[in-house]
Amino acid sequence: MEIPRHWRLKQQRYALVGEVCPHCDAKIFPPRDVCPECGGEAREAYNFSGKGEVYSFTRMGEGPAGFEEQAPYTVALVKLAEGPVVTAQLTDLGDTKVEIGMPVEMVTRRIRQDGDERGMIVYGYKFRPVMQG
Amino acid sequence: MREVAVIGIGQTKIGEHWDQSLRDLAGQAIQAAMMDAQREEADALYIGNMMSSTANHQQHLGAYIADWAGLKNIEAYRIESACSSGAASFRTGFMAVASGEVECAVVVGVEKMTDSPAGEITAALATAAEADWEVDQGVSFVALNALVMKRYMHEHGWKHQDFAQFSINAHANARNNPFARFHDTLSLEAYEKGPMIADPINVFDASPMGDGAAAVVLVPADSIHASSRPRIVIAGSGSATDTIAAHDRRAPTWLSAAEISVKHAYSQAGIGPGDIDLFEYHDAFTIMATLSLEACGLYERGQGPRAALDNDISLTGKIPVATMGGLKARGHPVGATGLYQVVEVVQQLRGEAGENQVADAKIGMTQNIGGSGSNIVTHILRRV
Ligand SMILES: [Zn+2]
Repeated sequence: MEIPRHWRLKQQRYALVGEVCPHCDAKIFPPRDVCPECGGEAREAYNFSGKGEVYSFTRMGEGPAGFEEQAPYTVALVKLAEGPVVTAQLTDLGDTKVEIGMPVEMVTRRIRQDGDERGMIVYGYKFRPVMQG
Repeated sequence: MREVAVIGIGQTKIGEHWDQSLRDLAGQAIQAAMMDAQREEADALYIGNMMSSTANHQQHLGAYIADWAGLKNIEAYRIESACSSGAASFRTGFMAVASGEVECAVVVGVEKMTDSPAGEITAALATAAEADWEVDQGVSFVALNALVMKRYMHEHGWKHQDFAQFSINAHANARNNPFARFHDTLSLEAYEKGPMIADPINVFDASPMGDGAAAVVLVPADSIHASSRPRIVIAGSGSATDTIAAHDRRAPTWLSAAEISVKHAYSQAGIGPGDIDLFEYHDAFTIMATLSLEACGLYERGQGPRAALDNDISLTGKIPVATMGGLKARGHPVGATGLYQVVEVVQQLRGEAGENQVADAKIGMTQNIGGSGSNIVTHILRRV
């Protein structure tokens, strides 16, 4: 696995740090320096709340290489409260029946492991149902 | 720009060709196309291929295949745009000949997928998506399409069964195509009971991979001598991109790149959706068939499944699709698929489609989709 590639994304993977556009106020995640809404330059960091809702989801019976041990699991498109949509696994589901529109929140989890016990472990965001009460 | 004609076509059967290499397959398709065109030489070779670097540990396909095919010293490159590599290479050949720079171009699409273990091929296919923010979250290429399909069904109220005829029709048409991967009939009951891959997509919503190659020969239309064979020209060609990640699209259930590329092709050809006699669309998944029909203006947004429910898509229907089996049943050797589509449209326009001939086919369209809708190439061919 390419260690620098994962290392340089840690702000986004651990803390959902994106950007805010100084021209149109669009919230951008992941950061891309050019605002997808207005095309202006956007380099100001912005901390996302981690709140969102399920936009779509599917249950994968088998995981691709690096994810085999976690299968079966549910992946989703999560629409963040600030606007952008991210692809992420849902976790801590228990008996929860997942539905489009279900409120979820970001948690940090182990995303994948490279090879044996000496391989690199990648942590990042997953989303869980919002706790009631 | 000069008008460009397709004067030769060739293809191999799609399957698990343990006994043949990537270049064996490419060489056979090229040879067949050049024999069909009655040409022994060409000026340029363009190769559509997605995954030779991972699945076959071979890059530099330009020299690799030109050398093997005996096309000594000619210009040759590989063109890559994931699953739409085939159509992208075809468009490259079209532009080269249309521009006046190249007199005779050979275009071959080739993919050799069964040398590597299935897990490696799944990972290679996933590289069509965004590495950091899609693939690293554990999503497979099938799952990406499932996310789009689930959302589409939610927005427009369709049931899984409403998509059945897309796959049933493809299997029916593949029965008469000797080059197709599958020759079995699919029933509604079997479709409904298919093993789930990533809900709502089951195995009968998804196209099979395979090894295969297809090729064409392109020349300026005005260089063809009068012959008894119908002349087939490229009337329209369009290509467009969208965000690499499905989640970055305002509506993942709408194929903007298809809409833009088809608009360009329609306007170049001076026609509209109502003029298309047959459509070789990119039915990698039933949801992609649906979205493609909508983006091309053949159905209203959200109404694509009507094509399946009303069976408008049969060989005698309003808009015949997948006339030789489509990706679903002919098979989907990813980088080769765009060339299979063109070869099949040429068969139809020449009147050489046998049992599957669409009556009096004059205008055929192809559309090849890369990724989850990120790179889409459309062509319109016409018999003149
Ligand atoms: Zn902006």
